[in-house]
Amino acid sequence: MAFKIIVCAKQVPDTNEIKIDPVTKTLVREGVPSILNHDDANALEEALKIKDVYPDTHITVITMGPPQAKDMLRECLAMGADDAILASDRALGGSDTWATSNALAAVCRKVGDYDLIFAGRQAIDGDTAQVGPQLAEKLGVPQVTYVTEFAIEDDRKNITVKRALEDGYELIKIKTPCMLTAIKELNVPRYMSIGGIYDAVRHDIPSWGAAELGVDPDKEVGLLASPTNVYRSFTPAPKGKGVTIEGESDKDVADKLIIALKAKHAI
Amino acid sequence: MISVISDKCIGCKLCVKACPFDAIDMDGKLAVINEKCTSCKQCLPVCKFEAIFDDAPEEAAETVDLGAYKNVWVFAEQRQGKMMNVALELIGEGRRLAREIGGGAKVYAVLVGDKTEQLSQECFEFGADGVYLIEHELLKHYTTDGYTKVLTDAVRRDKPEIVIFGATHIGRDLAPRVAARLNTGLTADCTRLDVKVSSYIEYANKNTTLDTSDLDPNSDDKGLKQTRPAFGGNLMATIICPRTRPQMATVRPGVMTKRERKPGATGEILRYEPKLEAANIHVDIVEVVKSAKEIVSLTDADIICSGGRGLGDPSGFELIKKFADTVGGVVGSSRAAVDAGWIDHSHQVGQTGTTVKPKIYFACGISGAIQHLAGMQTSELIVAINKDPAAPIFEVADYGIVGDLYKVIPKIIAEWDKADDLYEATLDRSDD
Repeated sequence: MAFKIIVCAKQVPDTNEIKIDPVTKTLVREGVPSILNHDDANALEEALKIKDVYPDTHITVITMGPPQAKDMLRECLAMGADDAILASDRALGGSDTWATSNALAAVCRKVGDYDLIFAGRQAIDGDTAQVGPQLAEKLGVPQVTYVTEFAIEDDRKNITVKRALEDGYELIKIKTPCMLTAIKELNVPRYMSIGGIYDAVRHDIPSWGAAELGVDPDKEVGLLASPTNVYRSFTPAPKGKGVTIEGESDKDVADKLIIALKAKHAI
Repeated sequence: MISVISDKCIGCKLCVKACPFDAIDMDGKLAVINEKCTSCKQCLPVCKFEAIFDDAPEEAAETVDLGAYKNVWVFAEQRQGKMMNVALELIGEGRRLAREIGGGAKVYAVLVGDKTEQLSQECFEFGADGVYLIEHELLKHYTTDGYTKVLTDAVRRDKPEIVIFGATHIGRDLAPRVAARLNTGLTADCTRLDVKVSSYIEYANKNTTLDTSDLDPNSDDKGLKQTRPAFGGNLMATIICPRTRPQMATVRPGVMTKRERKPGATGEILRYEPKLEAANIHVDIVEVVKSAKEIVSLTDADIICSGGRGLGDPSGFELIKKFADTVGGVVGSSRAAVDAGWIDHSHQVGQTGTTVKPKIYFACGISGAIQHLAGMQTSELIVAINKDPAAPIFEVADYGIVGDLYKVIPKIIAEWDKADDLYEATLDRSDD
């Protein structure tokens, strides 16, 4: 029986390109490219590596987002994924991580029979790292986050992973089905292939809304169902003119600098 | 949900410009909200025609009895029997929040592990009113399954108002799982927490561009206001969790301030006997390995110490290397130093080298040519040390030191490890 992998991906604005309009104090999105979230590319690459070894592996990339997110899904297909599914509906809009995980869980259930779910640790626009674990919880599968090394035995049941910690790592054994979240140390994502791009353009990508997913916009997904709401949003205070540090001695100057860095929580 | 009144909309596009999320499209002369809308409400005040409204702002999907929830819990993360620094920071912050809640609300440090009772004392000394002990041999090493089960069971039984975690690799693995099982909200990686509206206003006025004139400092709203950066720090958002409890957040390490330690402080210890068996845990921790910090690349470094022509000769990089080792940074250089053959090109920062964005960039003896600035000026904090007060590097520096780097840097190296003490000495601590 084929080994089924679901990869969760997100289309994100390239935050390195985002600038703040000095007058309106809002994000300037014009001309900012949308990209496949970096950690998600690592998640897909690891799935593709399994497929390199076991050709009967089937990889489905799923995402939730606006219709334009299909461009990102085609990129994933061109890298080598077998199928892609978009969850898209105005009723899903405004979902926080809890509601997003409900929607993605519904997608995973509809895809069905998955052995492994890979996701990136976090998306560069929200940086929450919450959707992976919350999806695992909704599906009732165990998880390992911050995965830097992955090995699967030939039975394709037993997995050994290395999980990064700030001060070292853990070596963990886990069985399928499970959810793993990838960080960039895991691998180097491959490029799209010419043949892959050719096929991806023609590939049918289904778009499922709340009705197809069987999720309730009042209780499970979307803005109203989300437990968290935005209270206010704003831009950080503009960077003021720099400060010249002076002192009675070089030691005095050094102390003042260290105190200033500490007060800014930089150290 | 944000909606547009089609009769009132004239198609001026002011809202399109104001939207941070690209969530408003134009359909001819009518603004249409698309699925990217997060209901941040930034479009509401900019519309001059009152054509945009929020039709169900506080509608409850599932309301819980909010009054049943009371105290503040801090996940007191320990690894191999040693408290994580962020846990001590959060005990101090939790205490502040409990006092803002008032009505006898207390801060509890929640110690999960095996034989961790001896850590209670440290929790009390850093400000915990009480310690919640959850001990079990299966909790010796952190596992998502084990810790999630015992924490959610405890929350369901004793109903804390707020639960906060350090945003560590463990906190960010555990908190989302707990929040999902409790069907409550969670805000990631917060840098500021407030309960009272007046505290929030004070914070916002001092540190942000937010217009707080519509906020009432005397409001009896005691919901947790959780502020965090998004879009790589380009935008800040304050998140609330109005209908479900507990209110949960992870907090970035190093942001909150520890309370002054009070040796001998005591408090109540509550024991919680967890119901846990091996079958609840679906992973097998083979080993936990501690390793020294890896040498990181310029692009990943949190701190970069860069040297330039002002070093005078190649041996200057020995001092820069020592400086970098002391502060936990990576060595960078200007093009001038590379061209002079003092250091390898791989260290070069700038337009033809590497573009960097560390938390702190130390520019030592670097004048600040445009091509160098292009590669580092978006660093969070820039410190410039240079003899020449007219050097362009001072234009972009947050902190400038005009002086001899060979005199100043050795002093910084000597004083660096005293940072906590130096800073503590400047704080004016009023007890609660």
